[in-house]
Amino acid sequence: MTTDLDALYQEIILDHYKNPHHQGLREPFEAEVHHVNPTCGDEVTLRVHLADSPEGTQVEDVSYDALGCSISQASASVLSDLVIGKPVSDAMAIHDEFLTMMQGKGRVEPDEDVLEDGIAFAGVAKFPARIKCALLSWMAWKDATLSAVEPMECKEEAK
Amino acid sequence: MIEGLLSDLEVVRKDFPILARVLADGQPLVYLDSANTSQKPQVVIDTMVDHLERHNANIARAMHQLGAEATAAYEDARDKVATFIGAPDRDEVVFTKNASEALNLAANTLAWPGERQVGPGDEVVISEMEHHSNIVPWQLLCEHTGARLRWFGVTDEGHLDLSNLDALITERTRVVSLVWVSNMLGTVNPIGDIARRAHEVGALMVVDASQAAPQLPIDLAGMPEQERPDLLAFTGHKVVGPTGIGVLWGRRAVLDQLPPFLGGGEMIETVTMERSTYAPIPHKFEAGTPPIAEAVGLGAAVDYLSVLGMHHVHRHEQAITAYALDGLQTVPGLTVLGPLDATGRGGAISFEIAGVHPHDVATVLDTRGIAVRAGHHCAKPAHQRFGVQSSTRMSSYLYTTPTEIDALVEGLEYTRRYFRLD
Repeated sequence: MTTDLDALYQEIILDHYKNPHHQGLREPFEAEVHHVNPTCGDEVTLRVHLADSPEGTQVEDVSYDALGCSISQASASVLSDLVIGKPVSDAMAIHDEFLTMMQGKGRVEPDEDVLEDGIAFAGVAKFPARIKCALLSWMAWKDATLSAVEPMECKEEAK
Repeated sequence: MIEGLLSDLEVVRKDFPILARVLADGQPLVYLDSANTSQKPQVVIDTMVDHLERHNANIARAMHQLGAEATAAYEDARDKVATFIGAPDRDEVVFTKNASEALNLAANTLAWPGERQVGPGDEVVISEMEHHSNIVPWQLLCEHTGARLRWFGVTDEGHLDLSNLDALITERTRVVSLVWVSNMLGTVNPIGDIARRAHEVGALMVVDASQAAPQLPIDLAGMPEQERPDLLAFTGHKVVGPTGIGVLWGRRAVLDQLPPFLGGGEMIETVTMERSTYAPIPHKFEAGTPPIAEAVGLGAAVDYLSVLGMHHVHRHEQAITAYALDGLQTVPGLTVLGPLDATGRGGAISFEIAGVHPHDVATVLDTRGIAVRAGHHCAKPAHQRFGVQSSTRMSSYLYTTPTEIDALVEGLEYTRRYFRLD
């Protein structure tokens, strides 16, 4: 019983929950989205700020205001840690890796080099009711990033 | 021994096979989610199986022995439901899919041409403590007709704010639709007083009895004429019956005035290519093959409750609710949303624990075999009213024991320790 719970609520998750990183809504940003989990009412407002860098478009900042459980709050914190400062293409690859782990029913061995603190969510994949909690901010981030990337691409084409 | 509990509680529990379930890690089930759906006694399960094994046929149109048996069983169920709610007339009982469909039937047909049609300038009154199924259909009606939606507020104690009753329900009001017992706050609303006011101004009184039917003795015929609702909805699966079957009771005069909801087989008198005439109630509102086995199961369910006696069920709920309110309030940082006096409330108790999110509470309890609900319980506006995004809800029923409440309280204390709140 406790082992299952401990697999779900890893220390890393509880730490991020108590002290979330990159929390709050900041300027500037190119896209803001609001995502809800209709079954439980969890909500996140998330902003993405992109900037040009030598390696292409980069995630300059992710800021958010989230209401929800420990899993969804910690997930937003870990997400922002992982993607801020990364080229968009790398960040998207991390997103895909996280998604694969969460949809893997606990049978996917996560890559710690890619997911870092994110591997703490591997245990959540065994709790079907909680997977959506862990994915809420990731879905919001992807949505916001895609809508922020589009105008930037148009700008580049116009050059 | 707590006063008011069902005297043969351990015997009653044996009627519900699922209560003997052992969950993961050998944890016995502690089912405290009955406001979500109730568990089913063996007699309901057996009655449905027997119907399907021995009497299955389509109803009202099959010209053979099985058809006659199935029709009799289905109509028998209507009689049982009519008795259960004290309906003045058994033909006033319309079977629907669930309470949502019953409320949508009302809200849709009131928007359509007919003697009761709602139009621009008219007003519909609901409340802030409604389940979404008694909010959204009326929002849709107002969007379609140009009517204005108004609502009762809720006091800090979780009661309907009736201070502006006369200003809210006026001669412009065409419909008042209110929940009898709140699924989130547990509040029992003074439906009779509000119906009286609604009738004074000529409005229709609709009652969502989804949480009332399982717990309160209902005697429609015994209510004073002015206090009796015009339409009343509830669902089968919360009164120990199956899913897929609900009830809309309506006064004959009102049901006669409403146009048909769904068109199809069984709801007609005669059909030509140009037009149709309709069957009298209740069949006017029962297009197509209905959920027959489910109706038969519901008949067995309300019979089961009647044998226990709804007065006894109600006393049991009040005793358990009082015990739970006492126990919950010993948990540090726990705040109950809704009335704290068990006599004026139903068996659903929503609460918050400072520092732990309801999902986390529910997950920790689940690993101990305790089933509760966490979230907004389909009552987002009621949560907004109390400035909370979600809550944890325990809901008892006739089979709930004080020991199960003790397990919940212990589970909550464990949850607090787990999240290091001490």
